[in-house]
Amino acid sequence: MTAVAAVTPSIRVGPEPVDVAGEQAAACAGRSDIGAVVAFTGLCRDEGGQLAALELEHYPGMAEAEIGRIADEAVTRWPLLGLRVVHRSGRVLPGETIVLVVAASAHRAAAFEAAAFLMDFLKTRAPFWKKEHRADGSAGGWVAAKDEDDAATERWAR
Amino acid sequence: MRVVYFAWVRERVGVEEEDVDLPADVATAGDLVDWLRTRSPNHAFALEEPRAIRVAVDRVHAQPDAPLAGAREVALFPPMTGG
Repeated sequence: MTAVAAVTPSIRVGPEPVDVAGEQAAACAGRSDIGAVVAFTGLCRDEGGQLAALELEHYPGMAEAEIGRIADEAVTRWPLLGLRVVHRSGRVLPGETIVLVVAASAHRAAAFEAAAFLMDFLKTRAPFWKKEHRADGSAGGWVAAKDEDDAATERWAR
Repeated sequence: MRVVYFAWVRERVGVEEEDVDLPADVATAGDLVDWLRTRSPNHAFALEEPRAIRVAVDRVHAQPDAPLAGAREVALFPPMTGG
């Protein structure tokens, strides 16, 4: 068996809109050995018209570092040929992308599993917090962490 | 040592960050949360439920028994909700 050279994940956190097609193209650029690309996009919902925006607060420095640690773990678990993670910060409007994970591999299973792994760990380990801005102008609250996200993360324990 | 706060912990404490001189008996992340709670009513309110507080020591997740010796920056924040 030929060893697959570990890829260097691309990690980005910032307020700019996410270029989903551009990230996927970048993951595959110049390669012909990729057979599967899974691109997961997490979008801001309007919660039945009640939400005007989400404010994404993050811990600068740690957010990038923690996503990097999660991505490095994924690269050791699956034979990935490309891995890119983009996470928004600041104000995000309904319909806009909050997070994008692009996982590329020779075959689909690794790409699907790595993308799911990244998202489960991002949700519970990456230092981001969401504050709601309501459409009626009233003050929104901080989104609470979900127990099911912790449960989803635990399924990857080994 | 610098202490930084995020999300509703930051809002309740009322400052984004502060520099503190730790008493000798504050040795772990858990000790720090207990000690900070005595600093002001705002700190007490923000940290009233220690189980709702997550800690990072020098930008790495830490458990309450993590030692603080040599740490430059400790962050306190609620459970994360990114993604």
